[in-house]
Amino acid sequence: METTEIVQATILFAGDSGDGMQLTGFQFSNTSALHGNDLSTFPDFPAEIRAPAGTVSGVSGFKIHFGSVEIHTPGSKVDTLVAMNAAALRKYVAELKDRGMAIVNRGGFDSRNLKLAGYSEGEDPIAELRERGFELIDVDMSRLSKEALVDSGLGNREAERSKNMFALGLVYWLYQRDVSPSERFLSERFKKQPELLEANLKVLKAGYHYGETAEVFNHRYSVAPAHLPPGRYRNITGNEGLALGLIAGAEIAGLSLYYAGYPITPASDILHELAKHKARGVISFQAEDEIAAITSAIGAAFGGALATTATSGPGMALKTEALGLAVMLELPLVVINVQRGGPSTGLPTKTEQSDLLQAVHGRNGEAPLVVLAAHSPRDCFDTAYLACKIALEHMVPVIVLSDGYIGNGAEPWKLPLEDHLAPIEPPLHLSGTPYAPYSRNEKGVRPWAIPGSVGAEHRIGGLEKQDVSGNVSYEAENHEKMVRLRAEKVARVADFLEPASVEAGRGNARVLVLGWGSTHGAIRTAVENLNQAGFELDQVHLRAIHPFPKGLGELLENRSAVLVPELNLGQLLGLLRAEFPKVEFVGLNKVKGLPFSTSEIEKAAAELLAQYSEL
Amino acid sequence: MNVLTASDFASDQDVRWCPGCGDYSVLKQVQTILPEIGTPPHEVVFVSGIGCSSRFPYYLNTYGLHGIHGRATSIATGLKMLRPELSVWVVTGDGDSLSIGGNQLIHMLRRNPDIQVLLFNNEIYGLTKGQYSPTSEVGKNTKSSPWGSVDHPFNPLALALGADATFVARAIDRDPVGLRSVLLEAAKHRGTSLVEIYQNCNVFNDGAFEPYSDKQRRDRTRLMLKAGEPLIFGEKREWGIKLDGYEPLVVDLSNHGVDGLWIHDPADRTKASILSRFFGDPENEGDLPRPFGVLYAEKRACYEDLVHAQILRARAEKPSGSLDELVAGSNTWLIEG
Repeated sequence: METTEIVQATILFAGDSGDGMQLTGFQFSNTSALHGNDLSTFPDFPAEIRAPAGTVSGVSGFKIHFGSVEIHTPGSKVDTLVAMNAAALRKYVAELKDRGMAIVNRGGFDSRNLKLAGYSEGEDPIAELRERGFELIDVDMSRLSKEALVDSGLGNREAERSKNMFALGLVYWLYQRDVSPSERFLSERFKKQPELLEANLKVLKAGYHYGETAEVFNHRYSVAPAHLPPGRYRNITGNEGLALGLIAGAEIAGLSLYYAGYPITPASDILHELAKHKARGVISFQAEDEIAAITSAIGAAFGGALATTATSGPGMALKTEALGLAVMLELPLVVINVQRGGPSTGLPTKTEQSDLLQAVHGRNGEAPLVVLAAHSPRDCFDTAYLACKIALEHMVPVIVLSDGYIGNGAEPWKLPLEDHLAPIEPPLHLSGTPYAPYSRNEKGVRPWAIPGSVGAEHRIGGLEKQDVSGNVSYEAENHEKMVRLRAEKVARVADFLEPASVEAGRGNARVLVLGWGSTHGAIRTAVENLNQAGFELDQVHLRAIHPFPKGLGELLENRSAVLVPELNLGQLLGLLRAEFPKVEFVGLNKVKGLPFSTSEIEKAAAELLAQYSEL
Repeated sequence: MNVLTASDFASDQDVRWCPGCGDYSVLKQVQTILPEIGTPPHEVVFVSGIGCSSRFPYYLNTYGLHGIHGRATSIATGLKMLRPELSVWVVTGDGDSLSIGGNQLIHMLRRNPDIQVLLFNNEIYGLTKGQYSPTSEVGKNTKSSPWGSVDHPFNPLALALGADATFVARAIDRDPVGLRSVLLEAAKHRGTSLVEIYQNCNVFNDGAFEPYSDKQRRDRTRLMLKAGEPLIFGEKREWGIKLDGYEPLVVDLSNHGVDGLWIHDPADRTKASILSRFFGDPENEGDLPRPFGVLYAEKRACYEDLVHAQILRARAEKPSGSLDELVAGSNTWLIEG
């Protein structure tokens, strides 16, 4: 058997929602990470819990891009598509590369499946794959799984349900992966159901051995470990990274972590993650609505907690009034928005970056706060930690923007060390000393006296307050002064942020690509590819959006053009044009509920490069 | 140790309610009972929403948070969860907690954190200058209901009992003695104490509760509840109430005697529920008097205790390691340099 050494590959596992494709994909990613590959994953599942079985709308997919090189995106075109039924093939066949490999489960292509998937009578999509030049691996995984379990005592239906393990075993064989990490996983998961454990292990091996003995493949692939910076690694999803960042923020600051959330896709996993950590003293509260979530957090912030909440777009809209209160009270608060397609209920399980202006401007009155954006699953911890540090040290609400693509996606992540985390020092008032709630330190930040401090009893509220004393004041000059003080305090946060820098490219290219959030990976790959092809292109990616980091203007000036790709109709673009009116910004916008592919960015950047090389 | 007095709890701010407002009376009683309860000012927090009554925290020398409309209850819940040792009070109104903040109120009641809720009910929107509120009577003429309100009003205490509140009481601004006693009972209760306070808005709804405060009428309209005592009312305490099954009946004590009268038991949920339905106009022939005092009090675990007990249990059963261990999770691998 011939083994082909490749540097990267993209696999897509697809099947019915009930077929266990998310688990299968997750297992493959985990094993590949342990193998030392860099990787990025992208789960794609329907919004309905049990969409009609066998239909295209009920298809669930999990994409993994892994390699021996740095991987920044879950990949666009797929090398290997595993389709467990006809609907899965129909939904994803267009993503398969020319001459790519399709592994189809023949058992999922009976006439009923074909009809449910919307194929017309007499159509044979499997034969069509062969005709179109794809490498076809046609295996009846349903039947083979049942046969493997014929003596197991499991019913036919139950036996057939383990076919995802067959697919996993088969793909493990194809890419020369070790099955033992999945064996360990299954042993843990089914430790109380020995029958199911044995069945799953058996079918996993059956799939693997089928690859070896059935001679359906004429070659195997090998993907060597990546040259990642040395250190200890784990796999992390964006939502996990954010949750851990909040815990770290509280522990380093020496405060209790208070987290309140209301279930909402795709942010609920943050609530689930934090609810697990009660033993660390995390107070996780499932509120009755989004408003109670944020207002209870404001109560906890008044009480001296690191108070946090997370939601997605529609929930963010409900939190708006309370965000204004937090701005007015000048209490620390971290609010995470795992964005999804909008407006309104929009596309709950799809990704978008269209809540940026809501975050920056979406409140009544002059209500500035800090807005940060995480750019990938492995960036989430650092971004959440930074948000905690800023909120606590500057007594200000901080919005962290993530999105569905980051929240559910996973990547290997080099573990941070507690000793290396920046200290967090909130301006706590010393009990027993005189207290003026709206006096300010050199950063423009007011002191934080929490109930229980003797002699610091004070009243704060949403009404405008007198500078220094904090007493209610309707006085005209004072109001403008307070509005300006609050704005200045937020603007001065930039003094404490990392200045803007070019992260890819030589730094002096005429065209620069400026992004924020989850477009990072596609932009990075595109910029690297074009530089390798001999073009000159730089990349700057923003973590801080309000205020902008220092030095951004200098980086943007003297460029012929700055390309701004966003999954919206140009929200950062508008902010940039207002802030840097002399710079030529060009928007690249996509609002399809899907991330950019590298080639989309490459194409737009190449067009811009061509345009400016002609000048 | 210094003995606390009412002046220890008064702030230096001028009180800005309209002259003659019922809120003054409540403020005075609260300032009087706080020293009696004995929690020092730095361990007391008053939280309010929006409305006339919500200015309350500014007039007390305790910690205070004047929040946003309807959400004092959830602000207080978050605070109490974090800091169970604090004495936390919510001051709210009929618009604040029965209209815009209805959801927050009922969820606080079911969770039962140890918080006192003073619900100032004046059956009108005062701060916005006189619109009908969710407790205004049908037919009420206001700026926003020139043809009379067609909205059926809430019965706040029945609502609270429906949400499984563990302490439900009613008081009135013009009866300082009764108000004081109810406030002390509320402070003593472990759990959420809902105290509805009939409060006269002398500008936009003057006299709304006059039947219960007017000396000539109140003995016939008010039923003053006392645990362990029979339900008796009237100028000469000539009327009693007994239960015929679930049906309350008014009996003339001159030919009935006190035997067999309904004895008030605040622990009896069914009877509390019937009492909360004494909600007609007591000056109408056949309608029952309006109960004042503690209708219902039940012992049930406080939310913050449950939350912290769970944290202790988690610590005992699954002790957590260092932050580095937490961040690493259960599945890591090493890449050598």
